[in-house]
Amino acid sequence: MAKEKVITAKELTKKFGDFVAVDKITFDVEKGEIFGFLGANGAGKTTAMRMLCGLSLPSSGQATVAGFDVYKENEKIKKNIGYMSQKFSLYEDLTIVENIRFYAGIYGLKDDKIKDKTASLIKELHMEGSEKALVRSLPLGWKQKLAFSIAIVHEPAIVFLDEPTGGVDPITRREFWGLIYEASGRGITIFVTTHYMDEAEYCNRVSVMVDGRIDALDSPANLMKQYDSKSMDGVFLQLARKAVRKGD
Amino acid sequence: MRTLKFLLQKELIQIVRDPSILKILFIMPMIQLLIMPLAADYEIKNINLGVVDQDHTQYSQKLVNKIISSGYFKLKDYSPTFPKGMYAIEADKTDLILEIPPHFERDLIQENKAPLLVSVDAINGVKAGLGGAYIQGIIQEYNQDIRDEWLQNPRFNQQPAIEVTFSNWYNPNMNYRVFMVPGILVMLLTIIGSSFAANNIVREKEMGTIEQINVSPIKKWQFILGKLIPFWILAFGVLTFGLIIARVVYGIVPFGHYITIYVFASFYLLAILGFGLLLSTFAQTQQQSMLVSFFVTMIFNLLSGLFTPIESMPHWAQILTRFNPIAYFIEVMRMVMLKGSGLADIKTQILALLGFAVFFNGWAILNYRKRSG
Amino acid sequence: MKQFLIFIKKEWLHIWRDRRTLVILIWMPVIQILLYGFALTNEVKNSKFAIFDQSRDEATKTISAEIAASRYFSLWKNVYSYDDIGATFRQGKIRLAVVFPRNFRYDLLHTNHAQIQLIADASDPNTANMLTNYATSIINDYQATLNRDVAMPYSITTQTRMLYNPELKGAYSFVPGVMALVLMLVCAMMTSIAIVKEKEMGTMEVILVSPMKPFKIIIAKTIPYLFVSMLNIACILLLSVFVLDVPIVGSLCLLIGESVLFTVTALSLGILISNGAKTQRTAQFASMMSLFLPTLLFSGFLFPVENMPWPLQVISNVVPAKWYYIIVKNIMIKGLGFSYVWKETLILVGMTVVLLGISIKNFKIRLA
Repeated sequence: MAKEKVITAKELTKKFGDFVAVDKITFDVEKGEIFGFLGANGAGKTTAMRMLCGLSLPSSGQATVAGFDVYKENEKIKKNIGYMSQKFSLYEDLTIVENIRFYAGIYGLKDDKIKDKTASLIKELHMEGSEKALVRSLPLGWKQKLAFSIAIVHEPAIVFLDEPTGGVDPITRREFWGLIYEASGRGITIFVTTHYMDEAEYCNRVSVMVDGRIDALDSPANLMKQYDSKSMDGVFLQLARKAVRKGD
Repeated sequence: MRTLKFLLQKELIQIVRDPSILKILFIMPMIQLLIMPLAADYEIKNINLGVVDQDHTQYSQKLVNKIISSGYFKLKDYSPTFPKGMYAIEADKTDLILEIPPHFERDLIQENKAPLLVSVDAINGVKAGLGGAYIQGIIQEYNQDIRDEWLQNPRFNQQPAIEVTFSNWYNPNMNYRVFMVPGILVMLLTIIGSSFAANNIVREKEMGTIEQINVSPIKKWQFILGKLIPFWILAFGVLTFGLIIARVVYGIVPFGHYITIYVFASFYLLAILGFGLLLSTFAQTQQQSMLVSFFVTMIFNLLSGLFTPIESMPHWAQILTRFNPIAYFIEVMRMVMLKGSGLADIKTQILALLGFAVFFNGWAILNYRKRSG
Repeated sequence: MKQFLIFIKKEWLHIWRDRRTLVILIWMPVIQILLYGFALTNEVKNSKFAIFDQSRDEATKTISAEIAASRYFSLWKNVYSYDDIGATFRQGKIRLAVVFPRNFRYDLLHTNHAQIQLIADASDPNTANMLTNYATSIINDYQATLNRDVAMPYSITTQTRMLYNPELKGAYSFVPGVMALVLMLVCAMMTSIAIVKEKEMGTMEVILVSPMKPFKIIIAKTIPYLFVSMLNIACILLLSVFVLDVPIVGSLCLLIGESVLFTVTALSLGILISNGAKTQRTAQFASMMSLFLPTLLFSGFLFPVENMPWPLQVISNVVPAKWYYIIVKNIMIKGLGFSYVWKETLILVGMTVVLLGISIKNFKIRLA
């Protein structure tokens, strides 16, 4: 049975003037997958993701997200996706509960649903007692988990995560990936960019971007076999050596 | 619509939680309204007078006394020669010099006419104009006094005489406060309103929270309205506060109705806030948006007729005024507060502001891009 | 020293790369000078007025025509009742109404006495005053023509000479004022915002850890704005002389020297503000309140300081722009030399020293 494809991209390209940031990438993401989008800084990961989220207009090529075309049905896509940026994008001067309520509301959840969701989120994240705390005052790990939970508060088909684990300790990272697995188990497709190669091994499939192109696309196990390496780190190093572009 | 409700909720919470906003919104106007009208007084009084009296007679002395007792002038310099008198003007000690030539009294009696010379520091045109006019008026009166005194038979004077009488309507006390305070309030509202509106969206851009908005299904008009409405409400608060100060501190009560002002203000604020929002859709950094909003509102303020009359401007500048929302409000404020104009009298202005509001806000919505090209 | 230059270069690049802001910083003052120079003036001309003529005879028609023909007035319409006058005032259309009673000419010639009533909209008292003065003198001129054949005995003739600004052009008073305003804005406000921006972004800490003395860093931040201000002054002076016809009567060197001094004063103010402000928005509003509005009000170019209540006059002494305005006026328009402005110069120097002193002290405390 062919798995439903929630993201398709064909020769997707983004140019800034003469500079080709994303160079004719072609790939698919299947429903329920955890898809890792790897690459060095400056390889084009974030730019590619922004095109899929409707934040940036592609220069050429085609793509669909959740079955909708990125050029013509941009706003429909947004109803069906969640997003977590590198900066977490929560309102620092709002409380945990206020942030949840705001995002749940603008994604169209009804009032009683919002109440339920708020309660269950607080419980799952073990944040009881801190409901009225301003996000500004929370430790980084909490912010991260909260941002993720809010990104999927409306149970979207796909959630896009842009370098979500920057700057947190390994234990917190582990816990965060626990949340990701859980969401994946519920049927949410995860599209995550990262430059932590160990996280690559948590994904179903990964792609590696070098200089704007996708130079590798397969499951981590297959890639490690293909490049004869014991870790994704090794795979990546071999691919990255060919890179012309320096990091950010 | 629900989305708008959530947006408004969030904005209001953010505003209330930020102590600096409330401080700026209320303390700043309070201080300005207390200080500015005291300073912004165009009334010309205490003109510094220098006298070069080369006659030293009873009548030259009488003239000087008459001038001083008029109350318009203060004698600050009394020099023997004109060059010495000029020294005082150069040093900013005096604003004008009255030079009474030698033999003034003798010439007046024997030759039937005598000259006087007035030299005015004309850098400040208004002061110079009025100062010159006042002193000429006093000299003419003095001239008439002399004629009445020396001519035995007043009926000898068979000239047709036109008597000019003056009435001052609307501001019988000739009080500048009444003229300036409403205008200053408008200026403050404008600066605060447009600065805040301009700053707000750019701040989200700089902090990154705007990305989360752009990736959500929030529509552009919902977003812009969500920013517009809270500040609109706040601005009414500032307006009310300002009007209270005007009444309590200066005793300024509108001749017309407060309602008229509020109705007009609702359109005006939509326009001004829209302008600020428009600016912030263009700016990439807070520095840029602040700079532009500041410069533009400063230009609009200074050319609005608040400080200098629009009728005095060259024709092209007067046309430009028609595109200046502030000019409309200043005009309306003065009309309503001082002359009691009503809604019917200001309907053209209301329409104009409606046009501005639609234009600025519409452009802001169109210009705001959730997806960058 | 080399490090210092490197820092200055970095700061310059910040400004240079932000093209939009740079363009605004350079063009805005130019636009302002042009606008204000040409449009801002308190002179009265083409003021609209109405006539309520209850006689409609040769005399009233002549007088009306004379008034309408003068450059101070322009006839808006004829009205036919006092209510009409009120309505026209309320619509904001006119500032003055001239009322002739019935039988004007008859009364004038047969009883030697007739009245004209001038009704002024005194919302703006000065304009009202000026308009009634001008109208009265036109009426007096008319009266003089009636009396042409009879020589008035004992006439005092007054000759009035307007010094420095014979045409009473507004620009003469405004150009020095706008110079002060622009310099204050560019130097003080922009500098304070730039410094606070670094604080807000967090990059300030990085710089403070560097081997450069922290205060030198701040100075390096202000140097590019000094440069931009010099450019602004040059533009303004060129525009004044060649476009606005406001000549520089005194020494150009002295004028530039004083302007540089004022710029430094303004920059010190900017630094002081940046010490206290935590966010850019606060820096902007603080600059506005303590720089722009006081400069506007107390420098003397818009409102004469001598008219203000005594406490405000004292406050005006603390506003640097007030002293700079006097200096520029004296040098540029009156053509005076240093001997006339040394006192004000000394005051500016003093202010700068005090401001910088406080900033340095404050800065150290903040670091600790």
